[in-house]
Amino acid sequence: MKQPLGTIAHTRSGDKGDTSNIGVIAFKPEHYPVILREVTPERVKQFFGELVKGDVERFELPNLGAINLLLHEALGGGGTLSLRIDAQGKTYGAALLRMEIEID
Amino acid sequence: MIRIANGQGFWGDWLEAPVRLVDQGPIDFLVLDYLAEVTMSILQKQKQEDPALGYARDFPPLIGRLARKLKDRNIKVVANAGGVNPTACAYAVLHAAPGLKVAVVHGDDVFHRIDEFLGKGYEMRDMETGQPISRIRRQILSANAYIGAFPLAEALDTGADVVIAGRSTDTALTLAPMVHKFKWKPDDWDRLAAGTIAGHIIECGAQCSGGNCQVDWERIPDLADVGYPIVEAEPDGSFTVTKHANTGGRVHSDTVKEQLLYELGDPKRYLTPDCVADFTTVQLADVDPNRVRVTGIRGGPRPPTLKISISYANGWKAIGTLVYSWPQAVEKARAADRIVRERLAAAGLAFEEIYTEFFGLNACQGSAAPPNPDPPEIELRIGVRGQDRKAVDRFTRELIPLVLNGPPGATGFGEGRPPVREIVAYWSALIPREEIGTRVELIS
Repeated sequence: MKQPLGTIAHTRSGDKGDTSNIGVIAFKPEHYPVILREVTPERVKQFFGELVKGDVERFELPNLGAINLLLHEALGGGGTLSLRIDAQGKTYGAALLRMEIEID
Repeated sequence: MIRIANGQGFWGDWLEAPVRLVDQGPIDFLVLDYLAEVTMSILQKQKQEDPALGYARDFPPLIGRLARKLKDRNIKVVANAGGVNPTACAYAVLHAAPGLKVAVVHGDDVFHRIDEFLGKGYEMRDMETGQPISRIRRQILSANAYIGAFPLAEALDTGADVVIAGRSTDTALTLAPMVHKFKWKPDDWDRLAAGTIAGHIIECGAQCSGGNCQVDWERIPDLADVGYPIVEAEPDGSFTVTKHANTGGRVHSDTVKEQLLYELGDPKRYLTPDCVADFTTVQLADVDPNRVRVTGIRGGPRPPTLKISISYANGWKAIGTLVYSWPQAVEKARAADRIVRERLAAAGLAFEEIYTEFFGLNACQGSAAPPNPDPPEIELRIGVRGQDRKAVDRFTRELIPLVLNGPPGATGFGEGRPPVREIVAYWSALIPREEIGTRVELIS
C-alpha cells in the first residue's frame, strides 16, 4: 500500500556548501528495510525535481535505523551565494516526508 | 565522570542558555561554539575597521555576568569566541572578569601565510569545486586552519578558567575537556572518536534536546525553558547525553539520532584534526527519561592534512519582495516577475543569476511541496547577484514601481527597497598538518 514516508520515518536536513544532507530515521526497526528498498537515490532525485541539479548519494547507518542522503548542487550555490530562502536546505527533510512509498 | 555542557550553538544563539546551564544544575565545563563558516569573514572585516575587534562580542559580557559563579563552582569555559582576534577577546574577558585566569590558543590564523603556502606549491584547491585558489587570491578576506582538541586541552592543563580559541572545530570544544581530564593520548582513536561524536551531538545546542525535533513536537515540554545539552563523559569513552532536571525540552534517542545525522557526510569517515570518527558504530540506549547512553564508538587515525576555511569577496546581491493578494495571486506574481525581468533586460543590466521564488507556493520545497491552487496571498521574491554593484543597486529600484504600474493587488512594500549586500563566499582546502603549529598563551 502506498503511503507517505512520514508514516514510518522522521528526518533532519542541513547543508555543507551547495550540498544538502537529509537524515532519514525509521521509527521502528522493521521499517528500516522498507526505507532501504524505497528511498533510493534515483527516487529522491526525481522527487525533488529541478531543486537538485547534481547526483544523490546514499549512506547506510543500520545501527541507528537510518540513511544519510547527500543532495549535490541542491542549494542554489549554497551558503551566502544562494538567492534561495532556504539556502541551507533546512526544510528539505520535511519535504521528503511527503514522498509516497510502498509500505508492507 | 565529568559534565560538559554546550550553551551556544552559533553566534546569535539564545543569550540565556549558558546562564541557565550554570544556574540550573551541576556542570564542570561550559563550552560555547560561536563560529560558523561565514562568521570568520564578518569578524575579519570588523578587525580591519578596528584592530581591537574581530571576536564574538557577546562573549566577554557573558563571562563577566558568570564570573563569580564560575569561580565558586570551579566551572571551566572553552569557547571559539576568539574569531580572528583571540588576544583582544582575552583582554576584553579580563576587563569584564578581572579575577579569572584566561588562556588563548594561537596558530589557526593563516591569512598572512597564503602566499607562503602557494610558494611551497600547495594549490589549496576548493574541496567542493576543485578550482585552484589562485583564482580568488586577491579577493581573500580571511583564512583559518581548523584546530583540534589537543591545543585546547593543553590550555586547560595550565589551570585556566577560560580557554579562548579562534577557528577550533566545533567538536574539539567538547573533546578537549575529556583529553584534559582523562589524559587521553593522541592515538586513542576510539576514545577520541567518542568524544568527537559527543561534541557533534551537543555542538548545535538544543537541537539535540528537543529543538527542531520532528518527533511528537507538539508535546515536547516547555520549549520556552528548553534545557541545553549536557554530556556526562566517562574515562572509557562512553557517555550519557542529558539536560538539567526541571528544564524543558526532551533528550531521547529520537532527538539524538536527528542531531547525529545533522550536516553529516560519509558516516564512516567523519574527518577531524583529532581522528576519523565512525558514526556507524554508535549505540544508543534510552536508560531513563531524558538520559541517552552512548557506547561502542570506534575511530581511526587522524588525517595527514588539516582543513583551512577561507572567505572571499564574490560580488553583490539583493533580494526584493512584493505581496500579491487573492484573487489570482499566483498569476499576478508571475506576471510581475516577467515584467521585472523584461525591464532589467531593457535597462541593459546583466547578472550572474536572477532567481525568483513564490513564497506561499513553493519557495522552500519547490515541486516537492503540496499543491496550493488558490492561495489568499503570495509573496513574490526576486533575488539577483553579480559583480557589478551598480547593476544590483539598480535592481533594488525595480520592484516598488509595480505597485502602481503592474498587475493589481500588490502590497507589502513598506520597508522600502531592499539593501545591497556584499557576498562573502566560502572556500575550503587542505594543507599538510605540519604547517600549523599552535601555541598557548596565558593572559593576565
